[in-house]
Amino acid sequence: MKKTYKIDVDCANCANKMEQAARQTAGVADATVNFMTLKMIVEFLEGQDHKAVMEQVRKNCKKVESDCEVYL
Amino acid sequence: MLARILAAAAMMIVLGFVPVAGWLRFALYLVPYLTLGYDILLKAARGIKNRQVFDENFLMALATVGAIALALYEQSGDYTEAIAVMLFYQVGEWFQSYAVGKSRRNISDLMDIRPDYANIEQDGRLERVDPDEVGVGSIIVVQPGEKVPIDGVVAGGESTLNTSALTGESMPREAGEGDEIVSGCINMTGVLRVRTTREFGESTVSKILDLVENASSRKSRSEAFISKFARIYTPAVCGAAAALAVLPPLIRAFALGLPAEWEIWVYRALTFLVASCPCALVISIPLSFFAGIGGASKAGVLVKGSNYLETLSQTKIVVFDKTGTLTQGVFEVSGIHHNEMENAKILEYAALAESASSHPISKSLQKAYGKPVDRSRVSDIQEISGSGVIAKVDGVTVAAGNDKLMDRLGIAYIPCRSIGTIIHMAIGGKYAGHIVISDVIKPRAKEAVQALKAAGVRKTVMLTGDRKAVAQQVAGELGIDQVYSELLPADKVDKVEELISSKPEKAKLAFVGDGINDAPVLGRADIGIAMGAMGSDAAIEAADIVLMDDDPMQISKAIRISRKCLGIVYQNIVFAIGIKLACLLLVALGLANMWLAIFADVGVMVLAVLNAIRAMFVKNV
Repeated sequence: MKKTYKIDVDCANCANKMEQAARQTAGVADATVNFMTLKMIVEFLEGQDHKAVMEQVRKNCKKVESDCEVYL
Repeated sequence: MLARILAAAAMMIVLGFVPVAGWLRFALYLVPYLTLGYDILLKAARGIKNRQVFDENFLMALATVGAIALALYEQSGDYTEAIAVMLFYQVGEWFQSYAVGKSRRNISDLMDIRPDYANIEQDGRLERVDPDEVGVGSIIVVQPGEKVPIDGVVAGGESTLNTSALTGESMPREAGEGDEIVSGCINMTGVLRVRTTREFGESTVSKILDLVENASSRKSRSEAFISKFARIYTPAVCGAAAALAVLPPLIRAFALGLPAEWEIWVYRALTFLVASCPCALVISIPLSFFAGIGGASKAGVLVKGSNYLETLSQTKIVVFDKTGTLTQGVFEVSGIHHNEMENAKILEYAALAESASSHPISKSLQKAYGKPVDRSRVSDIQEISGSGVIAKVDGVTVAAGNDKLMDRLGIAYIPCRSIGTIIHMAIGGKYAGHIVISDVIKPRAKEAVQALKAAGVRKTVMLTGDRKAVAQQVAGELGIDQVYSELLPADKVDKVEELISSKPEKAKLAFVGDGINDAPVLGRADIGIAMGAMGSDAAIEAADIVLMDDDPMQISKAIRISRKCLGIVYQNIVFAIGIKLACLLLVALGLANMWLAIFADVGVMVLAVLNAIRAMFVKNV
């Protein structure tokens, strides 16, 4: 199951860090951050609660890049 | 941001004329420094707290705080340098976000095909509604100058449509009653009433927008390289800076017995940090791809991700499907031979005799005849399966069919040397000549094959289910290197696999098809290109690159666009890394001060971004 979320971040390297953080979140099979279109595409593992996983993704992203935002 | 930069710059100029010294001077200079850099310092602190130490905020914070500390230690009162570094860094950041925002907007303008409303007629008045709310089968009205919001069939009116936003093709297209039209075209001349055949979400325009907006989510190898590079680079540079600050003074003091000169080496290490920011690289690569993909979509070439753009640029073998790609996929009368009566007359007989059939051959005869068929002139139609038709036209017996039919009727016929489907005609029991029907080669197909060669493609291959003679003739005419004929759809996958395994890994193979029944091949090739995809969902789904127009010249255009984009990407990688390394070397040797370092950092970034934006301009590629 893939879902696309809008994000806000102001540098390309930060976007890379967010991608890395999202990938390492439990319940995420794969994640891609597209800095140019400001989108995050998250592929969830089977049987995961998307909302809960995304809350965690958002938290982890904030940790690596304090002024980023993931719109859930 | 701009206000902060300007305010700090003004303060610096004023401070330049204020003669103060000691701690007061320090306090005064701290004001512009913090105005400029408080967010950088905060971010660096937060990074340390979250154990994400090495980023450019940290580099900048360390360098500037270090420079200020050094000025305090030396009691030189020279804080200007630290503030200038912060100033230029912020100017660079500001320019970067401006350039990125600008190109984001530019590219969405390029793809400005999203219709804002649909007109629905109610009680004789037009009402504007959200296209999302229009159901399938509704009648919408499209006025001149408006975009067609939803796919449909013209139910009334005639007009000319501009499809250039979709296909990059500037020739306008005529549309009249009964014609299918796709959303995203602009109605130019007349009012059209359109019966919708899809919902807005399923319409061509939504599909394309979705595709373009989600493109470049698949990352190219160059992008992956850069993010990996940035991840090792920053810690490595910090390590090198630390070594530069500590090792030389220690060596000088203990091994060489010279004065340690700590200030000089610490200063060099700080300068080293300033020069080392990886911003230019990290921003310019995705920006180049984004601009390239945006520019390509303007030219009617939709690329589904930057990895495909990268692969396309390495294409050395192009495999074509014949029908619908190099040929038009519609059968046309291409010749009439050995006839004694006039061409028009023999076509009239043929069209009438075949009038009851719905076979493509019959359709092409009707088309060549070009007039409405008067069915009352035809009687006693007898269809002989696999052979042809015998019918009475105006009371005369007409037989139209292949060799078998002529044999069966015992009529001597003249075999044809042309390629295609041959229809022998016997009128009143006498041989009257034959009509050749064949698939027509697209007008620019030959040029397109040559253009591919010019664009660096080494080999062109054609696959077809058609007979060998037809395949050979088409390939010969177009200058195609290799032909495989009489293939079933599954054989095409095998052939492509065979070609892939026999080529070197670096030379990529592209397959070009029309997206109809060749989806498996599109998927198997290194890169699948679907053409003439306006309104064809299957093609848009299966292919990596979608050509909106069915002009084969678009293939070489797509390759050239990808080459240009990748060229820019490599330029940026080499240029940015090269200049960075050169600067670092100069700094380490003490040949450059902090001013030069920050200029180099921001300057490289600006140049790399400007170069990246160049990828958007594809008009004369």
